[in-house]
Amino acid sequence: MRQFARQMLRNPSGLIGLIIVVMAILVAVVGPLIFPNSPWRMVQRPFLPPFTLSAVPLGTDALGRDVFAGIIHGARVSLLVGLVSTLAALAVGVPLGAIAGYFGGRVDDALMRFTEFFQTIPSFALAIVLVAILQPSIYSIVAAIAIVSWPPVARLVRGEVLSLRTREYVQAAIVTGQTNRWIIWHEILPNALSPVIVLASLMIATAILLESSLSFLGLGDPNLISWGYMVGAGRTVIRQAWWITVFPGLAILLSVLGLNLVGEGLNDALNPRLARQGR
Amino acid sequence: MPAPPAVSIKDLRIALPPGGERPFAVDNVSFDLNPGEIVCVVGESGSGKSMCAHALMGLLPDSVTTESGTISFEGKNLLSLDENGWRDLRGRRIAMVFQEPMTALNPLLRIGDQMMEVFEAHGLLTSRERRRKAIELAREVGLPEPERIVRAYPHQLSGGQRQRAMIAMALALEPAILVADEPTTALDVTTQAQILKLIRDLQRNRNMAVMFITHDFGVVADIADRVVVLRHGQVVEQGRSEQVLGHPEHPYTKALLAAVPSMDPPPRAPLTGRSKAVDVIGIDKTYVTSNGWFQRERRVRAAYDVSFSILQGETVGLVGESGSGKSSVARLVMQLLEADRGTIRLGDIDLTALHGQALRQQRRRIQMIFQDPFASLNPRRKVGQIISDGPIAHGADAKQARARAGELLGMVGLDAGAMERYPHEFSGGQRQRIGIARALALDPQVIVADEAVSALDVSVQAQVLKLLEDLKARLGLSMLFITHDLRVAAQICDRIAVMQRGIIVELKATAALFAAPEHQYTRELLAAVPGQHRPISRSA
Repeated sequence: MRQFARQMLRNPSGLIGLIIVVMAILVAVVGPLIFPNSPWRMVQRPFLPPFTLSAVPLGTDALGRDVFAGIIHGARVSLLVGLVSTLAALAVGVPLGAIAGYFGGRVDDALMRFTEFFQTIPSFALAIVLVAILQPSIYSIVAAIAIVSWPPVARLVRGEVLSLRTREYVQAAIVTGQTNRWIIWHEILPNALSPVIVLASLMIATAILLESSLSFLGLGDPNLISWGYMVGAGRTVIRQAWWITVFPGLAILLSVLGLNLVGEGLNDALNPRLARQGR
Repeated sequence: MPAPPAVSIKDLRIALPPGGERPFAVDNVSFDLNPGEIVCVVGESGSGKSMCAHALMGLLPDSVTTESGTISFEGKNLLSLDENGWRDLRGRRIAMVFQEPMTALNPLLRIGDQMMEVFEAHGLLTSRERRRKAIELAREVGLPEPERIVRAYPHQLSGGQRQRAMIAMALALEPAILVADEPTTALDVTTQAQILKLIRDLQRNRNMAVMFITHDFGVVADIADRVVVLRHGQVVEQGRSEQVLGHPEHPYTKALLAAVPSMDPPPRAPLTGRSKAVDVIGIDKTYVTSNGWFQRERRVRAAYDVSFSILQGETVGLVGESGSGKSSVARLVMQLLEADRGTIRLGDIDLTALHGQALRQQRRRIQMIFQDPFASLNPRRKVGQIISDGPIAHGADAKQARARAGELLGMVGLDAGAMERYPHEFSGGQRQRIGIARALALDPQVIVADEAVSALDVSVQAQVLKLLEDLKARLGLSMLFITHDLRVAAQICDRIAVMQRGIIVELKATAALFAAPEHQYTRELLAAVPGQHRPISRSA
């Protein structure tokens, strides 16, 4: 574990990513406590450009709301949606993939056809339809994102399990009379974990983008401010007031970039042999 | 020999990256290669023998550096050559044959084209001459139907044919020196004998100097003119092969030679009046792979009407070449594979009739030791857990199981401190001991050992075999011992079954099998075992 941490820290891009992500999490956790005022409140005249008043450093939007406060409060929603929907996708994808890969045969066929059914539908279109049917709310958004993002997890885990289940130590476990559940849980999954962790870090980034896209289209939770909603709300006035869209857009860019860098850093740290060959 | 040496390696020292287990991969190594002579460089894994070969080819990995020494060849010091100088030399003056012919050949190019590439790389001959030359070479290395085979792809050839094609490529430009890095290790014993003979003949006809890397003293005895014994990167002994093999001087050489299993089976007391521990009756297994809806299925017969039994306290060997189905039989007996037909009885219980929980219950009576000590232990579980998992699954108390795991580690010659460590902290031989402890943890009556010592160095192999023999006698175990190495089988088995293409062709008491083999295939196998024609000193 210590060696893993050292590997991670030695990689400069992974370290930068980690710093960005830690900062984003800090903002999401602590930010709303420091800026307790609701981001929906009108605080100044509309279309106030940034860097003119220190009270509203990033200017105001079309209704005179504080863009900075919006970004701080939006961080919580964006990160939460990213994290929770990824966890939900893992909770569906990992067991499905493990069962398909371990038992093979008909079980595998059935589960993989089911997975392909979800994969063949364009994921963003499916997410829009799901949110539209379920009514936009934070729960329906998380559910929709999880539903469209579990199939790659299932396929990845299945592939890993397929190769791991023929290993001699798995056969040794069968021979000593272990149950299938014990073998999957203790012998196979711990060894399949590293690529899943890497994928998960990238999925959080994708989920943040998906949530932003949904909010941009007006399918966000109407009671919660999010970065995507801010970009969407400001798009009609982008030529007069660029700051309304640019700053939340930058927030999305930075956090997604940070998560991607962390994902790559994790990949290098968890597969040290591959990383060393690459250089 | 009066002629000057073809290559002279002097005080070669190659440094490993810092932080490794030793500072030098090759430390102060000096030896000569003479024209018309085969020099065998022998050593166990990690002795630096491959590093010597790669230094001679200019193929050292970037992570190591040559500290000092010279390799002089035709008046030049090879170590001071640049990449262009090497390119001119490789293939033309010095050629190499690799261990694994399947990965050394390009799977997408025809054999003949790959031979022609050698000429092309050095800008020699016209394309028509190249083609004619490729066919000639194919004929010279004994490939059947040379005109046709040059048009074949590597996957259409057998392992031995692929190695012949590799040798043809190496010989294409009539090099002065041939470097062969374990060229027969991946081959079956009968093929190995043919390839060794081929290398020997070619070397005589062309008066080449050959550097032959191997770990197998049987091969050394068959082929070497001179022997260089390496340990930890240092030369411990070198000299003429009769001298080194017949009258070794260094204790390490003596120990290595003593560890080579001999072809003479030790006398064994006959087992009479014992009941059958395992009874295998007429099992069939055919692998069927389908390639989608519109293609014919591919069928491979792994076992056909295989029947044998193992008495209590008896060791039965299952011997055969790769693809003979011996590992499939092991997995069928273990119920890791389901037989298409036939019965496997363990004592008075029919294993083939059991499923699910009932089968899991019976599994503790028959345990397995696997081939690859690096793949058979879960890298993320501690050794103590690996050993005690089985008993706990069968309802043992966790604390007692751990105490027992400590005892078992002692029994296989490791200390109880090993419990808290992970498998990667152990050497290959130690890992195999852990695998044995795991198998014993359930107090089985029968052990199936699938090539359990094949991946180990010869001295470690001897220790593990002795351990198995001791434990077997002490615990009254029966054993099914699967191996491709007849020498190992001779040492440990009471009876031996010889398998060929899924069928047991001969099953006899060990001494009788070695003294009077009946089946043609058994005779071929016995004749192909390397190292029978020259005496090896076994007095350690």
